[in-house]
Amino acid sequence: MCLAVPGQIIELLDDGQARVDFTGVRRTVSVVFTPEAEPGDWVLIHVGFALATIDEDEAKATLDLLGEAIAAELAV
Amino acid sequence: MSDAVVTLADGAGGKASRRLVEELFLPELRNPMLEPLGDAALVSVNGTRLAFTTDSYVVRPLRFPGGDIGELAVNGTVNDLAVSGATPLALTAGFVIEEGFPIEELRAIAASMARAAHDALVSVAAGDTKVVERGAADGLYVTTAGIGLLDPRVELDAKRVQPGDRVLVSGGIAEHGIAVMFARGNLELELDVVSDTAPLHELAGALCALGPELRWMRDPTRGGLATTLNELSAGAGATVVLQEEAIPVREDVRAACEILGIDPLYVANEGKLVAVVAAEAADRALALLRAFPLGAGAALIGEVRADDLPLVLVDTPFGGSRIVDMLVGDPLPRIC
Amino acid sequence: MKYVDEYRDGRAAKAIAAELSTLVVPGSHVKLMEVCGGHTHAIYRHGLDALLPPEVELVHGPGCPVCVIPMGRVDDAISLAERPEVTLASFGDMLRVPGGRRRSLLEAKARGADVRIVYSPLDALALAVAEPEREVVFFGVGFETTAPAIALTLLHARREHVPNFSVFCNHVLIGPALRAILDSPETDIDGFVGPGHVSTVIGTRPYDFVCSEYHRPVVVAGFEPTDILQAVAMLLRQLRDGRAAVENEYGRVVRSEGNPAALAVLDEVFTVRDEFEWRGLGSIPHSGLRIADAFAYWDAERRFEVPGTRIEDPKACRCGDVLRGLAKPYECTVFGTACTPEQPLGTCMVSSEGACAAYYAYGRHRPHEKVHA
Repeated sequence: MCLAVPGQIIELLDDGQARVDFTGVRRTVSVVFTPEAEPGDWVLIHVGFALATIDEDEAKATLDLLGEAIAAELAV
Repeated sequence: MSDAVVTLADGAGGKASRRLVEELFLPELRNPMLEPLGDAALVSVNGTRLAFTTDSYVVRPLRFPGGDIGELAVNGTVNDLAVSGATPLALTAGFVIEEGFPIEELRAIAASMARAAHDALVSVAAGDTKVVERGAADGLYVTTAGIGLLDPRVELDAKRVQPGDRVLVSGGIAEHGIAVMFARGNLELELDVVSDTAPLHELAGALCALGPELRWMRDPTRGGLATTLNELSAGAGATVVLQEEAIPVREDVRAACEILGIDPLYVANEGKLVAVVAAEAADRALALLRAFPLGAGAALIGEVRADDLPLVLVDTPFGGSRIVDMLVGDPLPRIC
Repeated sequence: MKYVDEYRDGRAAKAIAAELSTLVVPGSHVKLMEVCGGHTHAIYRHGLDALLPPEVELVHGPGCPVCVIPMGRVDDAISLAERPEVTLASFGDMLRVPGGRRRSLLEAKARGADVRIVYSPLDALALAVAEPEREVVFFGVGFETTAPAIALTLLHARREHVPNFSVFCNHVLIGPALRAILDSPETDIDGFVGPGHVSTVIGTRPYDFVCSEYHRPVVVAGFEPTDILQAVAMLLRQLRDGRAAVENEYGRVVRSEGNPAALAVLDEVFTVRDEFEWRGLGSIPHSGLRIADAFAYWDAERRFEVPGTRIEDPKACRCGDVLRGLAKPYECTVFGTACTPEQPLGTCMVSSEGACAAYYAYGRHRPHEKVHA
C-alpha cells in the first residue's frame, strides 16, 4: 500500500516545494515534511509529498546484506 | 438490463469492450466475416484477397506530444491492415466536427493526415464531414476505414499458433498511453515521452517474407500488450508466457508507470507490433525488424506453451509467475 | 530506477529464499501476516510466494485503506459527486469501488457526475482555485502515510482562504486495526511484516505493543522483493530464537521516531473518531480520523448532508475472515464466481491491493490451489 517512489531533488522552490526528478519524469512536490532535504538528495514521494529522505548509508547497508546473501549462496 | 448504460470501461479495449462486442454487436450483426473478430475483415473478390477495416478516433487531447488525432487515425487504420498481412491501398476518413471548432486547427489535422498517408504510401481516397452542435463531439471525432491487398505468402490466424512458437514485439511499450495521459494535464507530471504513433506497413511487410512461419500479428493499441496477448491466447487456445525482464520499456516510461502504479503491459501503443513466429524463425524475424529504425528495439519476449488454459503469464525474475489478465476498464492511477 | 532496481535483484532474492529454509523447523507451520496491502500486491506481482519454504504461510491483513471503506461511505461520496455543483476529486483507487447496489464513482461519472482523478490532494485544491464556480470535494482515503498530505492541503486551504474546497475524510489508523486482529479469538498469527510507508510517518515505536502485550515479533519492511524476503528472514530468526521485538528492515527511509513534521500536522488538523467502521472487521474504536473543529469549514461532512447509511456486506462474503488471516481467498465460496474484480462483492476483491483481488489477478493459476477461474 502507499505507493511511494524515490526521486531526486533538482531544485528547491518557494513555499516548501521542490522540483524532483524520477528517472526522466519531473514533478513539483511538497518537501514540508523533509525540511532538511537539499538539491541532490533522494526523497521518497507519496501523492506529491516527500515523506522521508533516503539515507544513503542505510541503503548501502541493506544492499551489502543482499550481497552477503548472494555470496553465502554461492559458497554453499 | 433496461437501465444499464455504457460506461467508459466499455471503450477501454479490455474485458468490458470485448463483452460489449460479443454480447451486443456480434449477436445482432452475426455473419461469417465478423465472427473471427479480427482487426480486419478478409474479403475474397474473384480470387483476390482483400482486408477491410475501420476504426474511430476519440483521443483527448486532439494534439499530444508526438502527434495528433489525424496522424493517429491514418496510422491506426494502416496498421490494422498491415498486421492482417495486407498492403494498405486506400483509406476513407469521416469527420464529426463540433460547431465552433477552429478552421485552422482542422486544417492542421488534415495536413497531419496527408503527411501520415504519404509516409504510409496510401491515399485518403474519400471522406465525409458532419457538423454537430456545440457540446457534442468534444471537438472532433475521426473515423477511418481502409482497404488493403492480402499478401499471398501468409495466412495469419491465432488458430495457426503452435506450442513452442515465439512472441516478439517491435520495440518499447506504453509510450502512447503515457504521453496522452500526461498531456491531459491532470497529473501535473512532466516528461519527454511522446506518442509512438507510426505506420507499421514496412515492419509487417518484412515479416511476411517468413511465409507460413509467421502465424499472427497485431498492433497492441488500447488495453495494451496484455489485452492483445489475451486475445491471442483465447484465439489460440494456449498459454502465452512472457519473460518479465525481456519486455522492452523506456526508463522514463517505466518511472511514470511506477509513480502512478500502472502496469506498462496495459498501456496503449500506436506504433508497435507484436508477432508470433515459429521458433526456428525467431532470430530471422528479429533481424528483419531490426533492419528498420522503427524496429531497432525489437525483442523476443515470450513463447506459447502447450497448456490448454487460455492465459497470459509473466515469469518474474524471482522464479515465480503471475497472470496478466485482460484489462477491466482503463488503467487508473493509484496511491495504494 | 535508483533505490528500486537494486532491491529487485533476482539473484539476491533467491539467495535470501534459500536461507529461509534453514530458518524453519521442517514440517512446522509458521503464519506471518503482511499487514499492508502493498506487500500483498508486491508478493503476488513478483511471484514471491513461490520462493517461500512450505512451512511459511503468508496471510494478508487489513492494510488496504481502499478496501476497508464501508459501502455506505462510498455511497456518501457518490451522493456528493451527483450534486450538480460538486466536482469530486479522488485518487484513482476509489473509482471502481462499489457502494450499495454495486454502483461506483466510475458509474456515477458515466451518468454525468463530475468526478476527476488526481495524483495529489494539492492538485484538488489547485482545481478549486482554478474553477471558483465549482465546489471541489476531495475524497480523502488512506492510512497515516496519506493523511499528512491531506492535512497540509487543509492548512493551505485555510491559509489561502479557498472557499470552494472541502475534504470527505475517511482516513484510518493502522495501530487499532492491528490490535483488533490480535484481539480476535481465532487469530493465530506468529509474526507481522510491518507497513513500510506508514512507518515513515509514525515510526516503529507504535508497534511496541504487539511485542510487549501479545509477544509477537514485528519487522517493518520495504516493498521491493528483497525487502519482503529479508523481513521474512528476520521474523523467522526471531521466532527461532524465541524473541519478540520490533525490527526495521526498511532503514533507508524508516526512522524509529517517524516523521515529526508529518505527525505534527496530523495532530493539528485531525482528531480521532470514537469509532469507525471497517468493512469486514466491524467497528473499531479510535481507528478513524475526523477533521478538527478548527477546520470545520473545509469538512465536507459538515458542509453537505450525506445519506450516512450503513450497508451490510453480503452474507456469502468472508472478507472478515480473510482480513484476519483465517481464510484464504480461494476458501471463500463466492471467490471467482459471484465475486470477481469486475463485480466485487466484498472488500478484499475491491482494490488491486485486496488479498482476493491480488490472488485472483496474479495467482489463481497456481496448480496446488485449484480454484474456479
